[in-house]
Amino acid sequence: MIELRDVRKAFGRQQVLDGLDLTVEAGSSYAVMGPSGSGKSVLLKHVIGLLKPDSGRVLVAGHSVPELHREELRDLRRDMGYLFQHGALINWLSVFDNIALPLRETTAMGEEEVRGRVEKVLGQVQLSGTDDKYPSEISGGMQKRVGLARALVTEPSVILYDEPEAGLDPGMSQAISELMRQIQTELEMTSLVVTHSDRCARIVADRLGIFEKGRFLVEGTPAEVLDSDHPRVREFLGPKRS
Amino acid sequence: MDPISKLGSSFIAPLVQQAGFGMWLSGRTLALIPHCLKRRRSLLDQMYLTGFKSAHVVAFVAFFIGMIVALQIGLKLAQYGQQDSIGMLVAISMAREMGPFVTAVVLAASVSSAMAAELGTMKVQDELTALEVLSIDSVSYLVLPRVIALTLMAPILTAVADVVGILGGGVIAVTQLQVDFPAYLLSVDEVLRDPGLFGLPQDLYAGLIKSAVFGFTIAIVGCGSGMLAEKGASGVAQTTREAVRTSIILIILFNYFLSWALVA
Repeated sequence: MIELRDVRKAFGRQQVLDGLDLTVEAGSSYAVMGPSGSGKSVLLKHVIGLLKPDSGRVLVAGHSVPELHREELRDLRRDMGYLFQHGALINWLSVFDNIALPLRETTAMGEEEVRGRVEKVLGQVQLSGTDDKYPSEISGGMQKRVGLARALVTEPSVILYDEPEAGLDPGMSQAISELMRQIQTELEMTSLVVTHSDRCARIVADRLGIFEKGRFLVEGTPAEVLDSDHPRVREFLGPKRS
Repeated sequence: MDPISKLGSSFIAPLVQQAGFGMWLSGRTLALIPHCLKRRRSLLDQMYLTGFKSAHVVAFVAFFIGMIVALQIGLKLAQYGQQDSIGMLVAISMAREMGPFVTAVVLAASVSSAMAAELGTMKVQDELTALEVLSIDSVSYLVLPRVIALTLMAPILTAVADVVGILGGGVIAVTQLQVDFPAYLLSVDEVLRDPGLFGLPQDLYAGLIKSAVFGFTIAIVGCGSGMLAEKGASGVAQTTREAVRTSIILIILFNYFLSWALVA
C-alpha cells in the first residue's frame, strides 16, 4: 500500500506538491494524469525516496520513506520496481546483463538462478531471444520492455511507472499498457502509473487521479474521471469522445 | 542581487560544492577499495581502456618531449663541452618531472574527459538514478574500477614515457650533439645508480608516486564531474570541459607540493 498525507514540496518559490493526499490500495493500480510540469514525476520520486517532502507523510508498505536510513531505504527499494520514461538502461550492458544487474549486485543468487529469473521475465515481457542485444540495437518499445523486465526481475510488490507510453507509437503504447495490466493482475502488484495517455489510464488503472497545481483535482475510476464534466478536467482532456 | 551575492551564488558556491563532492568521492572510493576484487572484470576493462589505449599517445608525446629536453639543454652544455652529461639530465628531467607530467596531461585530456562524458551522459539519461533505485551503489559500480584502474595504469604509462623520452633524448644526443649512444646510456645509468625506496632509483620512484596521485586525481575529477552533470547535452559538454580544466589545474598544484615533499 502507498499512502501520502498532506505532502508539500517546493523548489525555490515554486510549490510543486501542495497538500497532496493519495492512497493506493495493496494489489491495485492507480494512474496519475496531469499537465506537463505539474509535479507528477516529483510525486513518484517521493514514493521511491529520491526526494524528501518539506512536510507531510509518505508511507510505502507501512514504512515512512523520508525517515528511513540509507540501508533501510535500500531494503525497501529492493521490494519496489521503477520503470523510467526512457528505460534508463545501462548502454554497455546487453539486454540480459541489464536485467540481471539488480540480481547480481544486490542478491547472493548463483548465475544459474539469475539466468532462470531473467529468462522468466523476458518471457513475461515477450522479449525471449533478445538476450545478447544491446540497448542501441533495439527499438524504443523494446527498451521499455527491457526496463519493465529489469523492474520486475526482483519480484517487487510495488511498481512505479513514469510515463511508460512516452515516445511510443499508438500501437506500441497500447501493447505496453496491456502488458502492464496483465503483469499487475498476474502478480498482484501495487502499481502507481504517471501517464499522459487516457488510453493507457483506461487499460492499466483501477483508479485515476487528475493532478493539478500540486494536488488532485478529481479522483475516481478511470471511466468516472475520463467522462467527468468537471470544466478543468475537460480543458485538460479535451471534449468527450462519443 | 548585489554583485557580491551574484559572485557567491554563480562562482564560489558551485566551486565549493564541486570541491566538497570531490573530497567525499575520494574518501568513499578509498573506503571501497576492499571491494576491488568483486569488480575485477570491470577493473581489467578500465585498465585496458585507460592504460593500454593511451600508451601510444603517451609514448609519441614523450618521445618528442625527450628530444626537446635534450636539444634545449644539450646545445647549452655543448657550449661548455659538457654534452656527455646529457643522458643524466634527460633521465632526471623525464623521471622526476616530464614523464609524470606529460602522462598526466595526456590522461587528463583523453581519459578524464571520457569519464566525465560517459558518466555525465548516464546522469542526464537517468541511468545513475536507475542504479540508485535498484539499490546499486554507483560509486562502487562505476567510480571504484575507473579510479583504481587509472591509479595503477598512470605509473606504468609514466614508466613507458620515461623510457621512450630517454630514447628520444638519445636520438638528439647522437645526431645533434655527437655523443655516442653507449656513452649516452652510461650517463643515464648514473641516475639509476642512486637507490631509493623499493630498490628503485630515487628520481624514478618519486615520479611514479606522483603519477599514481595524478591518476587518482584525474579519475576522481572525471567521474565526479560526470556525476554532477546537468541540463542535457550542453551540460555534458560543459562538464567535460570542466573535467579537463580542473584535472590540469590540480595536476599542476599537486605536482608542486609532491615535488617539494618527495624530491626537495
